[in-house]
Amino acid sequence: MAPPSTAEDSRSRDLDKLLLRAGNLVGPTFEPGPGLRDDLKEYARVLVVGAGGLGCELLKDLALSGFRELEVIDMDRIEVSNLNRQFLFRLEDVGKPKAEVAAKRVMERVSGVNIVPHFCRIEDKELEFYSDFSIIVLGLDSIEARSYINSVACSFLEYNSDDSPQEETIKPMVDGGTEGFQGHARVIMPGVTPCFECTIWLFPPQVKFPLCTLAETPRTAAHCIEYAHLIKWDEVHSGKAFDPDDPEHMKWVYDEATKRAELFGIPGVTYSLTQGVVKNIIPAIASTNAIISAACALETLKIASGCSKTLSNYLTYNGAAGLHTKVTEFVRDKDCIECGPGVLVQLDTSITLQEFIDLLEEHPKLLLSKASISHRGKNLYMQAPPVLEEMTRSNLSVPLFELMGKVAKDVVHASGTTTKNDKKTSCLRKLRVIFEGVDGITDMDTAGEA
Amino acid sequence: MAEPKTKYDRQLRIWGEQGQTALEKASICLLNCGPTGSETLKNLVLGGVGSITVIDGSKVEPGDLGNNFMVDESSVGKSKAKCVCQFLQELNDAVKAKFIEEYPEVLIETNPSFFSQFTLVVATQLGESSMVKLDRICREANVILIFARSYGLTGLSVSEHTVIESKPEHFLDDLRLNNPWLELKRYAETIDLDVSDPVAHKHTPYVLILVKMAEEWAKNHDGKLPSTREEKKEFKELIKARMTALDEDNYKEAIEASFKVFTPRGISSDLQQVIGDSCVEIDSSSSDFWVMVAALKEFIENEGGGEAPLEGSIPDMTSSTEHYISLQKLYQAKAEADYLVIEQRVRTTLKKIGRDPNSISKTTIKSFCKNARKLKVCRYRLVEDEFNSPTVPELQKYLTDEDYSVASMFYVLLRAVDRFAANYNSFPGQFDGLMDEDISRLKTTAVGLLNDVGCNGVTLTEDLINEMCRFGAAELHAVAAFIGGIASQEVIKLITRQFVPLSGTFVFNGIDHKSQLLSL
Repeated sequence: MAPPSTAEDSRSRDLDKLLLRAGNLVGPTFEPGPGLRDDLKEYARVLVVGAGGLGCELLKDLALSGFRELEVIDMDRIEVSNLNRQFLFRLEDVGKPKAEVAAKRVMERVSGVNIVPHFCRIEDKELEFYSDFSIIVLGLDSIEARSYINSVACSFLEYNSDDSPQEETIKPMVDGGTEGFQGHARVIMPGVTPCFECTIWLFPPQVKFPLCTLAETPRTAAHCIEYAHLIKWDEVHSGKAFDPDDPEHMKWVYDEATKRAELFGIPGVTYSLTQGVVKNIIPAIASTNAIISAACALETLKIASGCSKTLSNYLTYNGAAGLHTKVTEFVRDKDCIECGPGVLVQLDTSITLQEFIDLLEEHPKLLLSKASISHRGKNLYMQAPPVLEEMTRSNLSVPLFELMGKVAKDVVHASGTTTKNDKKTSCLRKLRVIFEGVDGITDMDTAGEA
Repeated sequence: MAEPKTKYDRQLRIWGEQGQTALEKASICLLNCGPTGSETLKNLVLGGVGSITVIDGSKVEPGDLGNNFMVDESSVGKSKAKCVCQFLQELNDAVKAKFIEEYPEVLIETNPSFFSQFTLVVATQLGESSMVKLDRICREANVILIFARSYGLTGLSVSEHTVIESKPEHFLDDLRLNNPWLELKRYAETIDLDVSDPVAHKHTPYVLILVKMAEEWAKNHDGKLPSTREEKKEFKELIKARMTALDEDNYKEAIEASFKVFTPRGISSDLQQVIGDSCVEIDSSSSDFWVMVAALKEFIENEGGGEAPLEGSIPDMTSSTEHYISLQKLYQAKAEADYLVIEQRVRTTLKKIGRDPNSISKTTIKSFCKNARKLKVCRYRLVEDEFNSPTVPELQKYLTDEDYSVASMFYVLLRAVDRFAANYNSFPGQFDGLMDEDISRLKTTAVGLLNDVGCNGVTLTEDLINEMCRFGAAELHAVAAFIGGIASQEVIKLITRQFVPLSGTFVFNGIDHKSQLLSL
């Protein structure tokens, strides 16, 4: 092997050891050589979801791990309280979109790297947008957003007739999360390893205080704060929504909580605690974000290049007392609504698109309201934006069977809202539609559906 | 300038003002500023440490641009320490950032007293012989030392220091239900568990239920509390029998918490060990920590009646506001009384050893009392001792244990590559073309190392030896960011004196992430 000759080559001095040399503990697809290094640069496209504590680290780590084509999506703007860990941001950046500043800073420092920022909600992007990436890396702090990206990635998954996933439709995800000194990193290969939904029990819903405790027997400072926030606010400001980002509103809650605490002789109400309770602030430090992001970036490199075995499949990290790491191999839920072969919906050929949409709202496994429907990348009906709604409205009275090209069975995607833990969330569902009485239906298609 | 409280809000929620102040007073020295070192400091500068001093003698090469975010095109040919320092300063202007263009090995050889000015030294990518020397220097100067090393898909992090007080975060609450003090008993006496008002009945806090039930039990059992399995079961049944409705959460909480009544009285074995330590025999040169431990020991043996000072806080529980607040006050008052006794003892002790009785602040003593139950003293072996005479049975156990074998083999190989480098002037696989030769040389070196420490009959897997040569001393950015992240976390734990620092050697396994903490 010739020694590195150009400055461009010598830049990957360290990485080359892994990419150019054969090894025994590597992935099944590993083909070492300069071609692999070039492929990573040219063809591997990685999307980083979130440009916060994890996202900033991930962009840096990936840019220095041989990737050239990166994109980042985040709807937030930079705040002062980000600066203790989101190292790509400076005080003068406060108020600017995170994705844009993060992309610019990394491109300034790592030449040759191209990062496209997207300053918008993850739901604003079409499915096509997500399907373009080789790997999606998640640096998020919300369960809802993870669920959404998970459903998007799983929607691309197609199954062979023997129920094995089609390799080329698998969209790998690497997910990281932190809280204080703790965190997790996981690799999700939809159809092969458990998806986010398969192990949703790992993220139990937050415990809320019972309203009667808040109203009648408050004991802690948090009870007083939640009373002011959840009960008193509505009593006083009839109809006006509470805005946690409005300092006036926060101050009002703090003052009310203080009054209530004094009334009951409860100590400990501070402005900082008020913010923490009301906004459900998760403590965050630079070191944990660095550790978890590094693990995620390393896994992304390994998935893309095969240069080493990958994490199988869930790493938990706890650095508060000593240092504990644990790898757990979770198993898939075969009936998973997201990464399984899809929710089976059996229909009469006469059913119209409008009737189909109504049916989704009633379907016990779906409970999907205001659904937009697409089939093989084509929009059959879109609830928004108005232009698309108008364009697709005429389809509503057409039988779905016709809209789908009179095939006996196929997959359609429905996106809409559903209610989870009393909260409305966006969701995307993969539906396996089978038309009754049409030739070509075998027993296998319906097998396994309880 | 941003309001620091807002800037640091998310971390203040973890280590509080006290922890932050400690960080802001700390001066950190970094040896070698490749990606492992640079990333360690990045996390600390963001958190607001007082000052950093970057030591590195090398110039930036094009290869550094591929793994270190703190250097860029314009840095090539310039002092690496200077470039890294400049970038780090950009991250937080509240931090004093300095650099010295010098090789750490040279400083260790020629100017050992240099290190005594720092609170803590982070030494990265340092070879074995320099580690041994630096460990001695730092111990003598009472400077905390952390080693961090990234090597291909593996790496390690070790903290070296003599003694540290630690305060685990998650600890059982201190309710003293197995040994209530007079005021708590008196308050419980004013309560009628069989109160007829259902609202009052379901709002009697479990603390009072358990104090009363335990007293009732003791009365019928020669003053003893439940201890056998049958007795414990019976005790729980008795609580259950007092319920008047199914939805009485306070009684459910009482049953769940009944083990707090069964726990033996007195202090934990960890604390017993601390107050039994020879350092408790204090003299004028004793540290503040041991002065306070001496006072604590006296307290436990006298006023405490075998118990440590009360922590003074209670968890939330189903209760009427009135009972809860009264209990809160009772616990606080007892904690304050205990603190005052200890404070007096600390002052007297200081005077006795000829020091200013007021040289330890009230806040320090208060925080000491609050955490007294959780004190732990960790002592660390000299790196040299670990290197020359590791605990062989432990090592042998690790090497043959399914969960530990890869991490412990990496540990052996990480040491072997240093020995290799000392013999052959390069790391195994550092240059292309010598791979086969290096693999067999590394194998011989590793086997020799195991023999030297007396660990015979263990074979290292060929796959790992090959991997180690394949790594060729590469410092991959992602691995460096991981190891640097851990090093910075340990710095924070050691400086804030909160949480429990890692003890032993953390070996990173970047292949399947089955990393392990080894104590050798």
